[in-house]
This record gives sequence, C-alpha cells and structure tokens, in this order.
Amino acid sequence: MIEVKHLTKHYGDKVAVNDISFTVEDGEILGLLGPNGAGKSTTMNMLTGYISSTSGQALINGIDILEDPIGAKACIGYLPELPPLYLDMTVMGYLNFVYDLKKCKLPRKSHLKDVCNLCKITDVSGRIIKHLSKGYRQRVGLAQALIGNPPILILDEPTVGLDPKQILEIRTLVKKLGKKHTVILSSHILPEIQAVCDRVVIINHGRVEANDTVDNLSRSVSGDNRLTVRISGGRSEVLQAIRALEGVEKVQADMEREPGIYEYEIEAAPDADIRPALNQMVQDNGWCIYKMDLGEMTLEDVFLKITQGEGVRLSSQKKPEATAKPEATAQPAEKTAGVETETETDTSAAEETEGGEA
Amino acid sequence: MGAIYRREMGAFFTSSIAYVFLAVFYLAAGYFFFGSSLMSATTDMSGVFSSLFFISIILIPVLTMRLLSEEKKQKTEQGLLTAPVSIGGIVLGKYFAALTMYAIGIAITLLYALILSFFGAVTWGIVVSNCIALMLLGAAFIAVALFISSLTENQVVAAVLGIIILFALYMLDVVAQFADALPVIPTVLHALSFYTRYYDFTVGLFDPASVLFYVSTAVIFNFFTVRVFEKRRWS
Repeated sequence: MIEVKHLTKHYGDKVAVNDISFTVEDGEILGLLGPNGAGKSTTMNMLTGYISSTSGQALINGIDILEDPIGAKACIGYLPELPPLYLDMTVMGYLNFVYDLKKCKLPRKSHLKDVCNLCKITDVSGRIIKHLSKGYRQRVGLAQALIGNPPILILDEPTVGLDPKQILEIRTLVKKLGKKHTVILSSHILPEIQAVCDRVVIINHGRVEANDTVDNLSRSVSGDNRLTVRISGGRSEVLQAIRALEGVEKVQADMEREPGIYEYEIEAAPDADIRPALNQMVQDNGWCIYKMDLGEMTLEDVFLKITQGEGVRLSSQKKPEATAKPEATAQPAEKTAGVETETETDTSAAEETEGGEA
Repeated sequence: MGAIYRREMGAFFTSSIAYVFLAVFYLAAGYFFFGSSLMSATTDMSGVFSSLFFISIILIPVLTMRLLSEEKKQKTEQGLLTAPVSIGGIVLGKYFAALTMYAIGIAITLLYALILSFFGAVTWGIVVSNCIALMLLGAAFIAVALFISSLTENQVVAAVLGIIILFALYMLDVVAQFADALPVIPTVLHALSFYTRYYDFTVGLFDPASVLFYVSTAVIFNFFTVRVFEKRRWS
C-alpha cells in the first residue's frame, strides 16, 4: 500500500510537484497520467527515495521513505524512465548484480530464471547489454525491477520502445503482476492505462487534477447526454431539424463521413433522452440514421479536457479547489468538467454558426 | 557494498582501465627500479618509492575518474540510489574497489624487493614500512579523487581535475618554502604536506601521526562524497 500525503517538490523557484495526495491499495494498479513535465517522474522519484520531497510524506507499506529509506526501498521495484543498466555487463551479470544489491533472499538460480522467463529475455541473457535493442533493454529494466519479488512496483513508462506485440505482452504481464503487487504505472499511451489500470490519477502542472476509476472519469466529464449520429440528407436542413427537437441544447455538424452522410454531435439537456424523438424526426423527413453512438468519452477525451485550457481554470479555481481538498477525491474532476463544458460551449457555438452559414 | 565492490572490480577488468593502469604503473615502477636500484647495484629502494609518489598522482585519478561520474551520466545511479543500500555503502564499495586495484599495482614493489634479496641483504622493515606508506598515501588520494569524480558527469574532467588537485597537494611544500618569511603559514602548510610525511616513511621513519593523517583524510573525503549525493537528493 502506498500513501502519498501532500507531497511537494520545489526546484529552486520552480514548483515541480504541488501538494499531491493519493493512496494506492494493495493489489491495485494505479495509472499516473499527465502531459510532459507535469511531475509524473518527479513524483515517482520521490516515492522511490531517489530524490527527497520538499514537504509532505510518502508511506510505502506504512514506512516513511525519508525516515527509513532502506526499509522502504526494500519493498519497491522501480523501473525509471531510463532503465539503469550498466552497458558493459551481460544481462545475466547485471541481474546477478541487482540480486546482490537488493540483498535478495530467494533462491538465486531459479528466481533469476523465473524473472527472465517472465520478461522474455532468456534468449539474450548471455549478451552484453550494450548490444541489445531498446525493447530488450526496456525488458531487462523491467526484469531488474522484478528481482526480489517486491510487493510494490513503480513503473515509469514500461512499454516505451517496444513493438506492438511486446506491448501487449508487457500489459498482460503488468495486469498479472497487479493481482499480487501494488503497481503504479505511468504512460503516455492512454489506451494502455485504460486497458491495464484500475484507477487513474491525472497530474497537470504538479497537481492532482483527477483521481478516479476510468469509467467514473468518463462519466463525470461527459455525462450520458451526448450523442454522435450519422444522418443522410442535406447538412443545414438536418442541423435545423435537430435543433428544433425538444431537449437539444447544442448541435454541431462534423465532416462528411460517407458520401452524402454527415456526422452530428448532439448535446441534450441532462436527463433528457432524445433518441426516440430523433428517430421519429429522421423518419418523418425521409432521411436515414446510419450510426448512433452514446457519447461515452474515452480516457483520451477526458485527459485532453482536463489538461487543456488550464489557464482559465488555474486562476479561477485555485482557491475553491484548495479548500475542497479534504473532501471526496472525485470532486476536482467534476468541477473541472463543469468549467470545461462552459468554455467548450463558446467554441462549439462559434463552429455551429460557421456550419450554418455553409 | 559487497555487490558494488564486485561490480566495480569486474568493470575495471572488462573495460581497459585496469590494464592501462597496471601496465603504466608497472612500466614506471620497473623503470625506476632499474634506474635507481639495479644500475647503482644497491638494495636501497627509497628511490623507487619516492618516485612512485608522482606516478600515483597521475594514475590514481585515472583509476577513479569513471567511478561516480559515469553513474551520473548514464543515469545508473538511479538504480543504486533506489536500491535498499545506504549511500555510504555505495561510496565505500567503489572506494575499496579502487583501493584494491591500487594495492595490486604497488604489490610489484614487494616482488622487486624479493629480486634484490637474491643479490644482497634487503632491510625488510624499511620495504614493508614503505609499502604501508604507499598504501596509506593511495587511501587518502583515492578518497580525494573519488570525491572529485562525484562532482562532475565527465570522466575527462574528473581525471584532469584530480591530477591538478593531487599535484597541488604535493606542491604545498614548495609553497611553504616560498612563504618561509611569513609567520604561521609555513607551519600549517608543512602540517598538511602529503609529501613530507611520505618522505619520512621512505627513509624508514614510521610516524603514527602520519598514519592518522592519511587515514583521516580518506575518511573525511569519503564523507564529503556521501554529502555530495545527499545534497543532490535534497536540492
């Protein structure tokens, strides 16, 4: 179990991580998301004791990383952004070194063999690391983190540089490991987080912007009142007809997806189900619906929503967010969503008029 | 500490550093042995030992240059610092690996003494005292040079800076001579002199104060190196 309480890191004047708090339960896989320079790696480095925090506390299985660093580090397997490999050693020599370094008590030969098999590096175990490709180096780095079977795994972008097949393998591996270990995983690849993680923490500008399950996040940001439909017929007429429907708040025409068929994004009032009315309207006009999608947002949409346009939010929301902190963790996400929808309204309204004129 | 010591010993020999170090050390020692002992047909080896002081100044930074700077450059220190080992253990593991290499180098002098013993009586007391002196000198110098290696990411900078600083330590005596007229300063400089203390050993004077001087230099600089790591974590 990992508990992060009000962790802050300053680099001189620059605040890299600003008052981050979250908890990872045993057997949970937590995804750490954020744009470049958001403070993901800094957070991970603080959790693993590579750098110290300016203030706040990080507890690894109840052990404070600053008070008993050796005890806490013994619980962690860490794969940094750049795997810490000695290029002049063979894979087996390096893993043996890590085994000694971690003062591992498991039977040496069988344990190293298991780790090699898990990471699929058995066939390169005799080669010098310098001569390995990036994918293999990454896997040796992962193997290094797994040595000693630590209860907590912290993986900083574990699938970088791997080919699609290997990525799938590593994902499956992480999922498997997540059953017995506590895992924190950072990644730029959103589908990966979506596929692997139980819960997501989104960090932006050194603060936690959202902390929830993937499903809850999508719901809180989008709601069930978004529809994507493809309807045949003239674009402006369809737009007008949709707008006339009861409960429709906003509609926006997208591009021509199939010949003569445009895609429309409709936002209805909360709790209004406009689908039957839409169907009826289309039939009445003699058009046809070619596709209808409930607007469930992918993690990617959520991520973009939360991390974009933060200039507006940071200035206006800083204070309420700070006071709301001790309360439910999902709250900042909802708040974020509210403000974002407002800004979104402006842009889509502009687009809409553009579409109308055309 | 043990794991790091073993890795560094292995790395010395898989890279060319161990061979270059030993080859140059043996070449220089052999040259001085030939010049000062064999040519003048004497079993007195003080000439060999006083020359090895200068060889050490040049070769010790070569031995230590890679130890910490390369860890920083290749980001492998991240692996060490997040492993359940103390920073002191990391530094000492590397320190003793370099000291072991150095010991392998100076052990050649015992072989020379053995060769001389076939031709005449060798004063073993002086030879052993000299070896101890050389070892103590190395212990202090390696700590200084390792500290310098912890300050930079560049091996060459670490080596050059190491040679300059070790040379400056040797020059303390010369500075003391120039500062003869001043009060206090010459006394302080003489007290800090590595060479005067070393020279006393080569002529057979075993002074416990000098032993303490070298050992405490080694301890202090290893402590400084640990502090450099600590500081980087906290800044």
